[in-house]
Amino acid sequence: MTPQRVHTVIKVNPISCEAYGYCAELLPELVSLDEWGYPVVDGTPVPPRLLELARRAAKECPRRAFLLEHAAER
Amino acid sequence: MPTATTTSTAATRATANTDTAHDAGTKSAERGHATLLGAWRARGNADLATHLAHHGPPPLPRRGDVTWPERFAATIEASGLTGRGGASFPSATKLKLVRSARGHATLVVNAMEGEPASAKDKVLLSVAPHLVLDGAELAASALGAIRVVVCIADDAHETAAAVGRAVAERAGTDLAPVPIEIARPPGRYVAGEESALVSWLNGGPGAPGWRPDKTKPLTIGRRGPVLVHNAETLAHAALVATYGAESFWAAGVVDAPGTSLVTVSGGVERGGVYEIPMGTTLRDIVGFARPTGEVAAVLTGGFGGSWLPAGALDTPYAPRAMAVVGGVTGAGVLVVLPRQACGIAETARVARYMAGESAGQCGPCVFGLPALAADVEALAAGKLDPGARARLESRIAAVEGRGACRHPDGVTRMVRSALSVFAADAAAHAAGHPCAFALEPSVLATGTNRS
Repeated sequence: MTPQRVHTVIKVNPISCEAYGYCAELLPELVSLDEWGYPVVDGTPVPPRLLELARRAAKECPRRAFLLEHAAER
Repeated sequence: MPTATTTSTAATRATANTDTAHDAGTKSAERGHATLLGAWRARGNADLATHLAHHGPPPLPRRGDVTWPERFAATIEASGLTGRGGASFPSATKLKLVRSARGHATLVVNAMEGEPASAKDKVLLSVAPHLVLDGAELAASALGAIRVVVCIADDAHETAAAVGRAVAERAGTDLAPVPIEIARPPGRYVAGEESALVSWLNGGPGAPGWRPDKTKPLTIGRRGPVLVHNAETLAHAALVATYGAESFWAAGVVDAPGTSLVTVSGGVERGGVYEIPMGTTLRDIVGFARPTGEVAAVLTGGFGGSWLPAGALDTPYAPRAMAVVGGVTGAGVLVVLPRQACGIAETARVARYMAGESAGQCGPCVFGLPALAADVEALAAGKLDPGARARLESRIAAVEGRGACRHPDGVTRMVRSALSVFAADAAAHAAGHPCAFALEPSVLATGTNRS
């Protein structure tokens, strides 16, 4: 049995998010802001070199709206 | 009291605003028992005795029949029934999902009908409440549910009264093995979204929740799984259980069996709810309602639906066939736009209404929908500056898929379809020529017209 690779994706809870924008500040490579200041993410896996920053963005989000989800790669 | 009329084809029409009932007496009346509006059309009465005389009792399980739930689920699966609330999701899959969850289940009948252009739930519950309640009791029995909750908007008084009478008629009979309650959540557009309904039943605000994993059933309390079905879906389920899965295939087309309720409004003489076989062309359905003049376009699905040009009228009314041309069956809505109306102006009105119906929870919806509405309003008025058209396109993309629920996506779909179907008008308006019909009375009633 081959071990499954696990990847991490960013999810934003749109109800909790209040557009503080810390996530885009910390992780401009993966998060952009729309014209109203709300984060836009594209659902692609977080590259390993950015994982640490992504974890920090999740931790720093004042609304706990920035979430990291782990999923088995298909 | 509602009335139903048989048209010269296989459609049955019912409206909720006249006092006379008449039957044109055509061959369609003999299409068999397995239609939603047939009993009412044939007998003109919605009470329990009439219902039982027409359809007989629903095939509820005998006490101790442990294999019944499995048989019921198999029958629904064989019928190919899909949800009639908007998403056209296979009903058997939903049933299976909740059956496999632990805890005391609740069956919710969604009759909220927040869609302003739809009247099908109201009509169905007025003329055939027992068919819906049969379906609810059957599905609840299949789940081993402890209760049935019929959700009717707090401003839909007549519908609630009709269901109240029907529930009272069944009390004390063996047709109500699972107790039925009626709940009255606020009558807002998004209140009928299933997570919003469950939020309200849990004592919450009745706003949609964020559900990253939709395969997890919604729950009442901590762990009572909830199955939410549209009222029409349950009425079909009752017919399927009563007459067999094959009977469902007597009408409709290969990838969309059965009949469907469609509310036709706008530029027509005989607006109302029609029961049509799936696969009937849009042209025929619109024809039943007698257009007042030349048809320019049709809004399909509902306010969060999609415009189709007159050139697409020969499309069969069925989810896949509609999707091919960019339309949607959605909540069973067709609004006819006559030639003497401005599609852009109508779109602006709908977008503005939908912006006001946001639950106010998600930023892209709260800020994005009013911005979109303002852009389309400016376009209709011939006041959209040159760069603004490109901004409108990018705003559509910015809003899409960014809410907890699908409310903003419905609006972007509707606006996007308008820019394509009314492209010539949009170009003329963008060039500074406001629409000649922009100030005409709207063909889309954006006020609530419940009763």
